[in-house]
This record gives sequence, C-alpha cells and structure tokens, in this order.
Amino acid sequence: MDRRFDVIVIGGGHAGCEAAAASARMGAATALVTHRFDTIGAMSCNPAIGGLGKGHLVREIDALDGLMGRVADRGGIQFRMLNRRKGPAVRGPRAQADRRLYAAAMQQAIRETANLNVIEGEADDLTWTEGRVTGVILADGRTLGAGALVLTTGTFLRGLIHIGERTIPAGRMGEAPSLGLARSLASLGFALARLKTGTPPRLDGRTVDWQGLESQPGDDPPEPFSTLTGEIENRQVDCAITRTSEETHRIIRGNVHRSPMYSGQIESRGPRYCPSIEDKIVRFGERDGHQIFLEPEGLDDPTVYPNGISTALPEEVQRALVATIPGLERAEITRPGYAIEYDHVDPRELEPTLEAKRLKGLFLAGQINGTTGYEEAAGQGLLAGLNAALRAGNGPVFVIDRSQAYLGVMIDDLVTRGVSEPYRMFTSRAEYRLTLRADNADQRLTDHGLKLGCVAPERARRFRDKMQALTDARDYARAVSLTPQQAERFGLALKRDGQRRTAFDLLSFPDIGIAAVARIWPQLAELPPKIAEQLEIDAKYSVYVSRQAADIAAFRRDEALSIPDDLDYAGITGLSNEVRQKLAATRPRTLGQAGRIDGVTPAALTLLAANLRRSRRTGRNTAAGSR
Amino acid sequence: MLERDTIFGLSTGRPPAAIAVVRISGPGAGTALGALIGKAPEPRKAALACVRDPVSGDIIDEALALWFPAPGSATGEDVAELHLHGGRAVVTAVLSVLGALENCRAAEPGEFTRRAFENGKLDLTRVEGLADLIAADTEGQRRQAVRQLRGMLGDRTETWRETLISALALIEARIDFSDEGDVPEDLTAPALAMVRALRAEMADALSDRHRGERVREGLVVAIAGPPNAGKSSLINAIARRDAAIVSPHPGTTRDVIEVHLDLGGLPVTVLDTAGIRESEDPVEQEGTRRARARAAEADLVLWIMDVAAAQGTTGLPDEIGKRPSWIVLNKVDLIESTDNAWGKIASSADHRGFLISARTGEGMQALMSALESFAAKFVGGTEPALITRERHRLALEETVAALDRALAEPATDREEMIAEELRLAARALGRLVGRVDVEDILDVIFRDFCIGK
Repeated sequence: MDRRFDVIVIGGGHAGCEAAAASARMGAATALVTHRFDTIGAMSCNPAIGGLGKGHLVREIDALDGLMGRVADRGGIQFRMLNRRKGPAVRGPRAQADRRLYAAAMQQAIRETANLNVIEGEADDLTWTEGRVTGVILADGRTLGAGALVLTTGTFLRGLIHIGERTIPAGRMGEAPSLGLARSLASLGFALARLKTGTPPRLDGRTVDWQGLESQPGDDPPEPFSTLTGEIENRQVDCAITRTSEETHRIIRGNVHRSPMYSGQIESRGPRYCPSIEDKIVRFGERDGHQIFLEPEGLDDPTVYPNGISTALPEEVQRALVATIPGLERAEITRPGYAIEYDHVDPRELEPTLEAKRLKGLFLAGQINGTTGYEEAAGQGLLAGLNAALRAGNGPVFVIDRSQAYLGVMIDDLVTRGVSEPYRMFTSRAEYRLTLRADNADQRLTDHGLKLGCVAPERARRFRDKMQALTDARDYARAVSLTPQQAERFGLALKRDGQRRTAFDLLSFPDIGIAAVARIWPQLAELPPKIAEQLEIDAKYSVYVSRQAADIAAFRRDEALSIPDDLDYAGITGLSNEVRQKLAATRPRTLGQAGRIDGVTPAALTLLAANLRRSRRTGRNTAAGSR
Repeated sequence: MLERDTIFGLSTGRPPAAIAVVRISGPGAGTALGALIGKAPEPRKAALACVRDPVSGDIIDEALALWFPAPGSATGEDVAELHLHGGRAVVTAVLSVLGALENCRAAEPGEFTRRAFENGKLDLTRVEGLADLIAADTEGQRRQAVRQLRGMLGDRTETWRETLISALALIEARIDFSDEGDVPEDLTAPALAMVRALRAEMADALSDRHRGERVREGLVVAIAGPPNAGKSSLINAIARRDAAIVSPHPGTTRDVIEVHLDLGGLPVTVLDTAGIRESEDPVEQEGTRRARARAAEADLVLWIMDVAAAQGTTGLPDEIGKRPSWIVLNKVDLIESTDNAWGKIASSADHRGFLISARTGEGMQALMSALESFAAKFVGGTEPALITRERHRLALEETVAALDRALAEPATDREEMIAEELRLAARALGRLVGRVDVEDILDVIFRDFCIGK
C-alpha cells in the first residue's frame, strides 16, 4: 500500500468537496482523489446555487460548518431571495455564481482545510476484506488504504453523452467516464439503474442583443447564504428574460424525432421538473412561448447560460432554434446542449448514514444516489463525510431525521423510497415545513454540529453570541405584557377580552410587526436588526410550530420503534406478498421508515408494530446526535 | 421469497344444508382446485365437476366449480369456489383434503376480506360496508350497507381527496415554482374557491342528523317515567307484538332492558329505564343515574304516567324535556272516562300524547304506527346518508375544521399557512380510505404545469 488515510473521498464535485472537508473537520486524516485539482468546484450545469428547497439545504450545510454557503457568497454575482413576498418558511436564497470565482473559492477552501490532502488520479477499483472496505486502487497502479471511503462519482459512472444521433462516452463534456468503478460496484452486487439529465447550449453573450430584453436585477442589498459572511463583495449583475416563439416550436416539432429522447436512443428517465425544451413543446405545446432566463456565467466571462432550453437535438437544429428566440437572432453557440445518461446506485442500498448496507465503510453521496443538483449533492456529501470519519474512528453514527432538517427529509426519502427520476428537493417534500426554515437552520443544527465536533471555533463563537442575544430578546418579549385597553392607546385593535398579551403574543399576529411592538416597549427597538427579525419570525410561526411539535412527537414514537436488522418478514402472518417483498428489500430501520415505503398499507404497519412490540425489542433513540 | 399462504374456508352456514360453498384464495388456489377436480374450468364459468380425494381417488361429491384467476377476483388473488352438497361428511372430507396440501391452511376470521383490502380490492369504507351487509338485520340496514359496499362513501371521499390535492397542488406550485415563468401568478384564489366548494359539500354530508349511524346502530327510544307508571308493562306489550325482533337482555328492573324492533325496515331499540326518582339507596341512585344518561341520549323519550296519578304533574324532568318526547298515559282501562285525561297535565301542549293500556293493548296500535312513522321520518331524507360510523364523522369533522382554518387565513402572503392546513385536511381525509402522499401532489403539479426553466 502506497499511503493510508482515515477517510478517502473519490470525486471533487460538490458532494466530494463537502465530504472531504467534513471528514477533515472531524479530525480524520482525509484524502480527496480527483482527476485534476483545477476541476474542483466546477459547476457542470447552471451557474447558480440555492433556490426553493435547495436554499434550505445550503443554509443547513452552513449550519454544520460546511463549505457551500461560504463559497457561494464569494462566487455570487446576483443574489435573490425567492418567495420574498411569501412567508419566511418558504423563502429560498439563490445566487448566480461566477464559475471561475466559485471554483477558485472552493479550491482555496479545500487547500486551507487542515487534515486534507488532494491526490490527483483516477480511482479504478475498490479493495475490501470481510465485508469492510479497505481502500482504493488508482488507474496508475497506486494503492491507497482507508478506514472509510466516500464515493461521489456524479454522472461519471458509465456516463454517455447524447447530441442528436451522436453519442460520446463522457462523465462531463470533455472528461472521460468512469468504467472501472462501475464494474467494481456491479461485482459487489449493487443494484444499478440508469438516469438521464440534460443541459442547454451555451451562448456567447457578446452576440446577444440585450436591447429590448426584460432585465431581472438581484436584491439590493444581497443577502448572503452563510452566517459567517459579513457582506457580499462581488460586483452584482442583472439577468435577462426572453421567450421561445411560435417559430421555435415549429422547428422543434419538425425535428423532435431526431432527439434521442424521442428516437428511442435514450430510454432512461429524466427529471419531470427539468424537462428538455423538446419535452416542453410535446407536452405543453399549446402555450405560445416558454420563458428563458439568460444567466451570465461570470463577470469576466462572456458565456451565457440560457436557462430553460435544455436540449439534446442535433447541433444544427440547436443553432436554428436559438436563432428564432428574440434577442438571440445572431447569438453564437459556444458549446451545444446535450443529454447525459449515467449509472446510479439504488439508494435503498444505503443506511441513513449513507453507508452501504452491503459493504461497511463504503459511503455514497451525490448523483450516484440518483439525485440531481449541487445542493442535494453537497448535503449528502456533508453527512457521508461526517459519518465516514466516525466510521473510520469506530465512533457512533450521526443521523438527522425528517423533523430536524431538509437534509433528513432528503436522505430518508432516498434510503426509504428509492428514486424513479433524478431526485430534487422541494419545500413540499418537508411535512414539517413551517418548522424547518432557512432562517433557523443554525438554530436547528449548529448545536448538533458542536456536539459532534465538526464546527470550527469561529462559527461556534458567533452561534453562541446569536443564541444568547436571541434568548434574551425572547425572554424579554415573553415577560412584558399589556391589556387590550392599553394596546388600543398604541393603535392596536385586539379582542377586548381582558386578556393580557405579551410582546411575543403580539408578534405572532399576522399583521403586527416588530416596529409596532417596539413602539410599546422601546427596548425592543434597540435589538440588532438580525435578532429582531428572527424574534418576529419565531413568534409568527410559534402556534404552527407547537402544533407540528405534537406531530413530531408522534413521528418520533414511530421512529423509536426500531426494527431488528434480522427481522424475518416471512414469519409475520397477514402481510401481503408485495408488502413483504418491499420490506425485505428496503429493510427499514424503524417503524416510521417502514410506513414511508410506497405500498406499505396502514394494515401492514399495524401487523408489523404488533409483532415488534411483542418481541419487545424497542428503545433505541434515532433522533440526531451521537449514539 | 416465500409465497403467501393459500387459504380456504367454508363460506356458507353450518352443515347440513342443501349447498355448501368452499372458497380457496391464494397463489395455490389453482393447484388446490386441480387436486380436487382435475382440470380447472374456464374462468368465471360454472362447470359441473367430480370432486375426488387426490390420494385415494375416491369420489367425494359432484359439485359446481368456479375459477377466478388473479387479479379479477374478490380478493385480488387466484380464487376457486366449489359448490358442494351441504352434508357434514362431504364438507369435512373436502376441507381435510385442502388442509393436507402444502402452504394451504384454513382462513382466519375475516381473512378473505383482509386480503381484498390489502390487494386494493376494497378500501376501508367498503370493508366496513361489507361487514355491515353481513350484519344487516333490517331492510334499511341492508340498503345502506350495499350502498357503502358499492363505494358511496369511498368514491365520494376519493373525489374529495382528488379535489383537495388539486387545490393543494395549485398552492404548492406557487410556492415551489414561483421562479418559473410558466407557472401563472394567481393560483391561490382558484384554489380557495375549490376549497370553499369542497367545504360546503362536506358540511352538507355532516349535517345529516346522524341518520346513517342511526340506521346502522338503531334509533333509540327510551321509556321513562315515575315508578309504577307501567314502563315494564309497556315494553312487554311492545315485545309481544308480531313485528318485534325480541331479545330483551336479562337484568333487574334497575338495569336498562332493551327490545330491538324492525319498524318498517328500520332498526329501533326501545329501552326501559329504571324508575327515575330520588333515593337514598346507593344502588338505586346508580340505577337512576344510568337511566337518566341513556334517556338523555335517546332519539325519542316516551314519558309514561299513570293516567289516574298524572293529576298535578307539572311536566317532564329537564334533561328529558330537552329531547323529543311523547307523553304516554297508561292504564286507561282503569278509569271510567278519558274525557279530561289531558287536562290533568300542565305542559302537555308541547308534546304529543297517547292514551294506552299496556295491559289490554288499547291504543297500542296507534302508538306503534306513530313510532314507525317517527323512525321513517327520522332517517328519511332526500339523499341517503354517507356517514354510517362515528369514525367517518370524526375524520370529516377534522377535515372541515382544517379547511375552515385555511379559509380564515388572509388570502395574500400566507400561502404556506394555507398549504399547511390543506395538508392536514388531506391527511384526515386520507385516513378514511387510505392516505395522502407528497408524491400525489407533485404528480398533479408536473401534469398541469410546465415546470423547468
């Protein structure tokens, strides 16, 4: 063996970077194996971080001291809080990023992380003994040993690019696919399946006619992702909006048979929420046009990402259809759009720590698990990296559940239900959405990170300061109160029931804000703006959050009823064959998880619960934290 | 993977009988049928067959055989039926042959139905309808059970659930895809319009005066009144009548005695309560308490008094006076003239009154006819009731409460609160038949909107 590490991470994409950094923050000697250092932090698809649901993930990654939020703050050139006019629970921070600045910031973050070595090379095969992973063999023959290994291969596993009738084996345009690792996984018996995704052609912004296009500015001032970022320093830019025309649709209709999705060349499933332009025309062709966002890829880079026209039509058709779009009549395509098919592992093969059930010490994160999106990948990378470090040190595991974070929702969805299309986060996936907000990610998670030891002192200090200030403000707001008669003198019309209401109670009303309450109790006007805002948001949701708390308690009761690994489902009479097969295939760890498997009926759950209670094997706590 | 057991059972009553039906369900049903009659008949066609013991080859019986391959069967599995001659020895011989086959065992009570439920052949409300149909004593109960078995509540609930999910999808689309140019701006108003219509329909179903539950469980008529007014005589007089299905529960006069009647196809339970009076005796006090409680929940109270002793009575006890009540003056055979019988009761104007003699039967015909029309009127309505169980009512009430909270939200900028309430409503509704899932909502969004910029 040439070298030995506690944890080896294979792949330098969004999942790999977070995994490697998280493992290193835990104190594990960590190696990041990637083809080339300078592709670390590359954004293969659109140059943006965050969004609805995704922005929540970025904030949660930040709360556990991960990299993505801080790096995006340094690479961002247009910040927008989506759903700003809706409630804070469904707001999503999003930023356009300068590709080069983002990659440079990520590379710097990796370089500056202690305990982390980057090894340039191609992983070709895994080594294992007695059901536990022992290391990796590189294509050049070097062997590396490890206590745990995180595999983040993205779209590289038997990746195949399609442009019209042409196919190119590749992981990303211009980079070779990974065939050796696909073989290793298949030989270990992993269930592999194929997914598809796509990307639009890139345009030369200098050939776009920007005059007359609607422009979309960012927020002023921009709101950063990370609680560590003071303010955004990059110059901010606008995006522009255009639409497809009748002529565009006519060209697409006339050539749709040449698209690999329609010619039968691609059979694997793509995401419904990110359809190609040919899909949009076939399925929603009655519309007179589809919106396209022209997103600049960098401050000094003329490349434009036309968000909304992902396509795998032949290059000449792409050129023809782009020319029919207002503002793009003379636009030059610098790189054609394409569809890519790749292998992924059925995530039901994984524990909620993202460790493979069939090989101890092997963790999978990112697109290899059937997800899509930088944020989804990074979130998995973070949790896989933390658990890999714990596994290498033979420590306890770290699991986050659905009631604690979007991270928990995502991982539970993946390991319990598997995927039938590339999995993307939506806020509607989170049943405790009003509790799991982007604004309180640190309040929900940073304490867990501190206990685990993955949070650096700087963040720890800031977090404790914020929590102290917030607790003081909340205590004060709950201590001061007034009667409806007194409130009237301040212009607040309350129900005249003689009930005293605290400042916190008043803030929970939809139409009473911090400013109105501060007129009554001037001390509240002196709170730092961030703390005042947080106090108001916490109060606005307090009624709903306490109602959800009752639901969460019930959820935890089911989660607490753990299912032994060796439970014999065949021995439970009354289960239908189908349910029995599903349970045996997924092997849920808790009753709650069993209930979330598609097709497991309430009747079947009752049988299962009765059986578990009878065998009296209960009691393990599965809430987040070490155990 | 182990195959599921094949189950069998005698589906008709205890032998001996003219015919006995043995039903077999499960992956081995075909093999079992083959073992007994050789070749399975054409699917869903009755065929005459010779039933043999597969070991000895002896002929057991000549029977009608039916074959329903999965999934087009009652349980959703392979099902075979044998219509045998209903002798004890015939049935025993066939069941013992089946019991000896591999992975074949006698069905547990309700197991055929449970399999139908698990295989999606019946939703929960249909299962309940089936149970009610088997338990139906009266024509009214049978009609109601058949409606439910045929999905009156289940299908309606499914339609409601679909509407609710569509409304929720509109709101969620604006939340999760607000940055998409192809999702229209205002979806909250149309969503709330759907919710309002849905709420009205559900409230309508709920305002049924519990008719469905009454048909299922029986209307309750309580006989109450002072001691020695003739309560026991009246219930005995009712029980003696031809129309009565009589099952008086044994007990002392301090306990409640019930008589179950079929009045014009509707089940009516008549209760005789213990004499309601104040007493020092703790046992008697308890009897009084229970009697008052039952009477207080009754759909109708028959307040019985001795016509001779009724003079000077000021009316009914408060808790009974609140229920629909009739006044029954008993023992008319013991007075000479009934001319001024009513004048003796102060508040009789508020209540319907009857003059009877429980002993001679005088006036009983009129009382029973009045009860029959009361029952018919009580459960009658333009539409049959959807709700037949307390469980249905609770789930619907919870749904309506959540919809009301959603509608009470300020319509702008509170989409996530509205979504939260609709989600709770969908969950409560889902409990009636199955459950709701986030994937259902996403499916609707992706079907109806062009998502993906």
